[in-house]
Amino acid sequence: MKRILLSLLMLLASAYSYAGIEVHTFSTSQQEADYKQLINELRCLVCQNQNIADSNADLAKDLRREIYGMISNGQNRDQIVTFMTDRYGDFVMYRPPFKPSTAVLWAGPFVLLGLGVIGLLLFIRKRKNMPVSDQISEADHTRAMGILDNDNDNKSNNS
Amino acid sequence: MTRAWLPLAIFAVLVAFLYKGLSLDPKNIPSPLINKPAPEFSLPRLYQPDEVLSKKDLLGRVWLMNVWASWCVACKQEHPVLMILAKKNIVPIVGLNYKDTNEKGKDWLKHGGNPYNVVLVDQDGRAGIDWGVYGVPESFLVDKKGMIRHKFTGPLTINSIENELLPLVRQLNQEPS
Repeated sequence: MKRILLSLLMLLASAYSYAGIEVHTFSTSQQEADYKQLINELRCLVCQNQNIADSNADLAKDLRREIYGMISNGQNRDQIVTFMTDRYGDFVMYRPPFKPSTAVLWAGPFVLLGLGVIGLLLFIRKRKNMPVSDQISEADHTRAMGILDNDNDNKSNNS
Repeated sequence: MTRAWLPLAIFAVLVAFLYKGLSLDPKNIPSPLINKPAPEFSLPRLYQPDEVLSKKDLLGRVWLMNVWASWCVACKQEHPVLMILAKKNIVPIVGLNYKDTNEKGKDWLKHGGNPYNVVLVDQDGRAGIDWGVYGVPESFLVDKKGMIRHKFTGPLTINSIENELLPLVRQLNQEPS
């Protein structure tokens, strides 16, 4: 019983073991929501596959502190995103804006899907137009009969 | 037979892209600061903590900002290269001691030598954020008008100094201030 309780307790504790653990107080719930959204959408440049909410890197801590400061000063989301992209480029955003340099990134999958659909339609159409006949040539017929005969012979041998 | 070529061609294109991807360095992120004015700063000096140096003090000359720290492993590799660059006396090097303690920073320079004309202190990393620093060491080449003209992410090497830095310094020195 003790063991079960202990393991349950440990399970509970594991829920708290993520990185962004600084305690911040916000004056409005809107600010808190903005903060949470921003640190989840901005990429940590040190460990590139983590956002700055999850990352334990020193830079991520500094950036969380910076973003908290800016939000407390009443800056809005756009201002903070501009602050970040001015310094680190579009790379900091997990959802980069649509512009010529990111066009392939955003449009690429749809273009490929379109090409696939076109290819599929062409294939289906081609197959529909293929002549289907129930006649076969004499040569094919004897060949098929030969195969069938062989098959029957094998069966009788086995039994 | 021709039907087999199409998937093969698609496969070849895919392989070409993936192969190219192998040789790209994911740490090398283009800086948006290139050809933009260097960020304003006003930072205390490591050896004269009462004095501050700011961007306008450096206007009118081409200089190199080198971001380093005693905790940074790659900086150890870069340090001898910086010493060689400093001996050439071609471009002044401003060191930014990033998120370090003054004692450790001074210790580092005592043991490895001091390649810097000036060392500035950025203990809380705030200036580093303005310069878009994410992987020490980083170096920025600033022109006479205070514009960032080139960024080196990661340690400088003899090769990158000879082939990239020095030609660019010569070019920038020709430009009017």
